[in-house]
Amino acid sequence: MKAVMTIVLVIAVYGFSFPQSFKSSSSEVSFFSSAPLEDITAKNNKASSLFNAETGEVAFVVPIKGFQFRKSLMQEHFNENYMESDKYPEATFEGTLSGYDLDRSGSQQAVAVGKMTIHGVTRQVKIEGVLNSSSGGLTMEAKFPIRVADYDIDIPTVVFYNIAEVVEVSVRFNYQEI
Amino acid sequence: MRYLFFTGFWLFAGLATAIAQQDLLKKLKEESSPMEERTAGTFKGTRLINGHTVEVRQSGVLDFLISHRFGRLNSGAYSFFGLDESNIRLGLDYAVSDRLTLGLGRNSHLKVYDGILKYKIFWQESGKREFPVSLVYLTNLAVQTFKRPELPMNFERRLAFNHQVLIARKFTDGLSLQLSPTFIHRNLVATRAEDNNGYAMGVGGRFKLTPRTSLNVEYYYRLGDPLDNTYNPLGIGVDIETGGHVFQLHLTNAQAMTETGFVPYTTGDFFGGDIHFGFNISRNFQLREGKKAVSW
Repeated sequence: MKAVMTIVLVIAVYGFSFPQSFKSSSSEVSFFSSAPLEDITAKNNKASSLFNAETGEVAFVVPIKGFQFRKSLMQEHFNENYMESDKYPEATFEGTLSGYDLDRSGSQQAVAVGKMTIHGVTRQVKIEGVLNSSSGGLTMEAKFPIRVADYDIDIPTVVFYNIAEVVEVSVRFNYQEI
Repeated sequence: MRYLFFTGFWLFAGLATAIAQQDLLKKLKEESSPMEERTAGTFKGTRLINGHTVEVRQSGVLDFLISHRFGRLNSGAYSFFGLDESNIRLGLDYAVSDRLTLGLGRNSHLKVYDGILKYKIFWQESGKREFPVSLVYLTNLAVQTFKRPELPMNFERRLAFNHQVLIARKFTDGLSLQLSPTFIHRNLVATRAEDNNGYAMGVGGRFKLTPRTSLNVEYYYRLGDPLDNTYNPLGIGVDIETGGHVFQLHLTNAQAMTETGFVPYTTGDFFGGDIHFGFNISRNFQLREGKKAVSW
């Protein structure tokens, strides 16, 4: 009993005194929509993230207005009509990353499970990605599809550039230990 | 005892994790600094009905504008309620930068060529910096090329100028209002008694009906001593946005589509039925990618 207590205490103390927490130093979130008339891409460098490597907890915040489009009018429509970014200013993900071994350097597969909120709609999702750790820090990368209908994003039938029903989202976050 | 202890521990650990997870997102949101945000989409179009809005296109965008005003609704069935008669303005506006737009237009009504210089002085901003209104300076030069053999016309006599300060605020997602103090100078007026200078206060608003449609109202109240048999221009319209185009359908008592024409010389009495049905179509072409756009 005493031994168990000791172990628990050691873990607790160790765990609390040396939390391996990471904060994003730079990021890139982009999406790609392939449609017959025109491919649409946008890129966002304003997203931020926190990652607790001890517990695997991870959180992401992506400000919708941070997406930059090649065509300014598309950007306006994206914010005004599709994402309604005044009402829903950010997309978030909170969940747990698992399947990785932090002591290993180099790249390895990991899985994030948690709640994704876009356009005010929250869904349970599972995203597979790559974790890359080196002496310089930590990088997370993932590519996953999002069905726009899943998040109640309304695409009218009378638009001049069609938007794909599924858009491909790519994320890359570089972390530094805090 | 041992069992109980372990169960308790794991329960606690689980709970702590759940709380921590919520905290992580909350913490992240608290930490993130607000972005610099220019209020976008105060109006859908760069024109409200006849006059300009505070909207400008972003750097590198060429806006092709086709505007029509048909004849008067009260002209009766013989001229198909005005549809037999139509005048058109073709225009090209180019956004040299995010602030500066230059434009050219040609009106069939009185064969007027017009040039536009529009400069965005301030954007309405929220977030990191707050600024309550958008502010734009607009000036037009109109050259009337209509043949007038009864008068010794020279180039100077054909010119008219408009200067406006456009002040607008997007109050909510659905409501935007604009004030447009206006000064117009005409080099040639009909009589000696008529003042070459004219002043007016424009008011306009947009009420969004759905995310892609809105109801617009525009009115210019003329100050001083306007010409007899002329009226203050009034317009009511609907904007329909369909991606690359904005369609604007409206009813107005004005026939001209440039400020130097419709502010001093609107001869229709709106409430007497002198109403012109009209539309503006705007199509955007991105000729040059903006500086802010990221390379791919």
